[in-house]
Amino acid sequence: MTADLGPDMTIEGAEHSATGGAEEFLDSPVFTVSGAGDWDDLVDEATSLHEERIVVNMGPQHPSTHGVLRLILELDGETVTETRAGIGYLHTGIEKNMEYRTWVQGVTFCTRMDYLTPMFQETAYCLAIEKLLGITDAIPERASVIRVLMMELTRISSHLVCIGTGGMEMGATTVMTVGFRERERIFQIIEMITGLRMNNAFIRPGGVAQDLPPGAIDKIRELVPEIRKGIREIELLVNENPIVKGRMVGIGHLDLAGCMALGITGPVLRSASLPHDLRKATPYCGYETYDFDVITRDSADAYGRLRIRLDEMYQSLRIVLQCADRLEASAGEPVMVGDKKVAWPAQLAIGSDGMGNSLDHIRTIMGESMEDLIHHFKLVTEGFRVPAGQVYVGVESAKGELGCHLVSDGGTRPYRAHFRDPSFNNLQATSIMCEGGQVADVIVAVASIDPVMGGVDR
Amino acid sequence: MSASDLAETPATPEAAGGARTVDLGMPIVIGERHGMFGATAGQDTTGYGGLVVPVVLPGASERPYGSWFDTCVDDLARALQERGTAYDDAVERIVVDRDELTVVVAREHLPVVAQALRDDAALRFELCLGVSGVHYLGDTDNELHAVYHFLSITHDSRRIRVEVTCPDADPHIPSIVATYPATTWHERETFDMFGIIFDGHPALTRILMPDDWPGHPQRKDYPLGGIPVEYKGATVPPADERRAFN
Repeated sequence: MTADLGPDMTIEGAEHSATGGAEEFLDSPVFTVSGAGDWDDLVDEATSLHEERIVVNMGPQHPSTHGVLRLILELDGETVTETRAGIGYLHTGIEKNMEYRTWVQGVTFCTRMDYLTPMFQETAYCLAIEKLLGITDAIPERASVIRVLMMELTRISSHLVCIGTGGMEMGATTVMTVGFRERERIFQIIEMITGLRMNNAFIRPGGVAQDLPPGAIDKIRELVPEIRKGIREIELLVNENPIVKGRMVGIGHLDLAGCMALGITGPVLRSASLPHDLRKATPYCGYETYDFDVITRDSADAYGRLRIRLDEMYQSLRIVLQCADRLEASAGEPVMVGDKKVAWPAQLAIGSDGMGNSLDHIRTIMGESMEDLIHHFKLVTEGFRVPAGQVYVGVESAKGELGCHLVSDGGTRPYRAHFRDPSFNNLQATSIMCEGGQVADVIVAVASIDPVMGGVDR
Repeated sequence: MSASDLAETPATPEAAGGARTVDLGMPIVIGERHGMFGATAGQDTTGYGGLVVPVVLPGASERPYGSWFDTCVDDLARALQERGTAYDDAVERIVVDRDELTVVVAREHLPVVAQALRDDAALRFELCLGVSGVHYLGDTDNELHAVYHFLSITHDSRRIRVEVTCPDADPHIPSIVATYPATTWHERETFDMFGIIFDGHPALTRILMPDDWPGHPQRKDYPLGGIPVEYKGATVPPADERRAFN
């Protein structure tokens, strides 16, 4: 089902062309543009088969395949008879790299896996470290609320890209421009809080890198209604749009049995009417204390997934506002675990040369306390040690279950870090969703899975 | 989380390495850590003590395992019996660590265990969340581990981990694609990265690395290679040979 084909586009029967030896070459017929050779035989043979079977490589540089996904399509006319996905073009060895960096540095690596959902990788990785350390219950409440806030903002921005690029691939440019415009508002909040738009490395083992800056809550309260308005705009644009429905209803069908067999999670599973969401099923970061609904639909097609993503964004906005309330109430509380052997020694601050350790902290360690300097140096260069063992933590990413399997041998670096990326797993459904459909439906079906190759290949 | 589980969970990182005081049955020593840093026992914190710290993984747990683990293991034993496999043959040990249940399974019995986990109504782990390979260089004759995670949506989103080992000299593990088609790509990835051959997989080819790539990159003995720099033949050493706090 998934073996790689050769890279070349082949036409059935092409292997029958003349392949003579050297001595035959001298006597062989001369081929010209007008076809003086045996082309007629070839054409006759192909015609007698009464089929127009052709193998096409879509990607890895095709603009509508979400990055460097390579789809090997076997076509009979416009009908797709076989689909295989070729991946690995964006493999960067992140998991291997993490084995040679400290536990804290690993955050910087895993945030770059699925570049549309950085906060989920960071959270899964940090939750796993905290479970290995046995400090899960010691994480400050405020840190968990900030994590939830960041994750839900990321979920909205990921869904906006999914819907936006999905629309663009169908030719609906306005869906894309509106989606990216609203995503920019999310980035305004995320950049204000973390200092970066993506690749944040903001969530750290033990808490978060930095407390909210002044004015962040106001910014959230100011932008959430605008984002809601933008999502509404997309809804009005696509929900009952006859072209969108014509392209998406019934396309990429995958029923519940198929989802279960292929281990599909996330919006694709919920479009098959199973309300499975890890935020409700195995709550982490205090998700059990937030009010939100798990959205399901029963159409099991691309259109259902589109509507689920739209509705999930509203639910995420609900959670974001609840987070804002809690953060207002808990202002001034710590955002990093109290254990100084684990907690990063300094909060970040903006200095004249950009973001770095807070100036107060630099003043203390450089001018006042030698012990603090040693502590800072040891923790930053050597890192902390994590008791040997293994854990698995799953979080509900925008695309499904993102799992982090961490193994420690008691050292300052992970012995093994493995991420079960939802895109990697869900992409296995490409074949079953596309085969028997039209070429144009392949685009819609793949877009409804929402794969991001950075996460797939890692 | 039961009281016994809490006791097994080290509260602070100081409990790491050799200073670990909790009883974990028969811990499995997979290696030694040499180096100057990381003293957790004794008075010498100078870093010049020539430390030798055994690397110890949690060993077999004793009953009661706590939480829902006991009934789950009983159900597994019954389901295996119904399928004609003796529990003691199939399951090498049960490890309960950090509130997670790990079943270490003899590799030849993995398919029947997977079948039982999926089909038995009392177990019903619908989702297999994939395979993660781990290469323990020091675990002689069991160097390569394949770690499977299962999730049961029916039973309150329980998670169970199944761990299978195979020696480096004979890296074969039966495939469970027939039971859990979701593991198709995961097994290919583990083959690609660790060289574990999953017997019975429909098309076990490389998935992330190029088809003609030599070696399996995530094995611990895979040569990393240095980076040549343009300064009198100097080379930046590979990451595993650099000076580090190990």
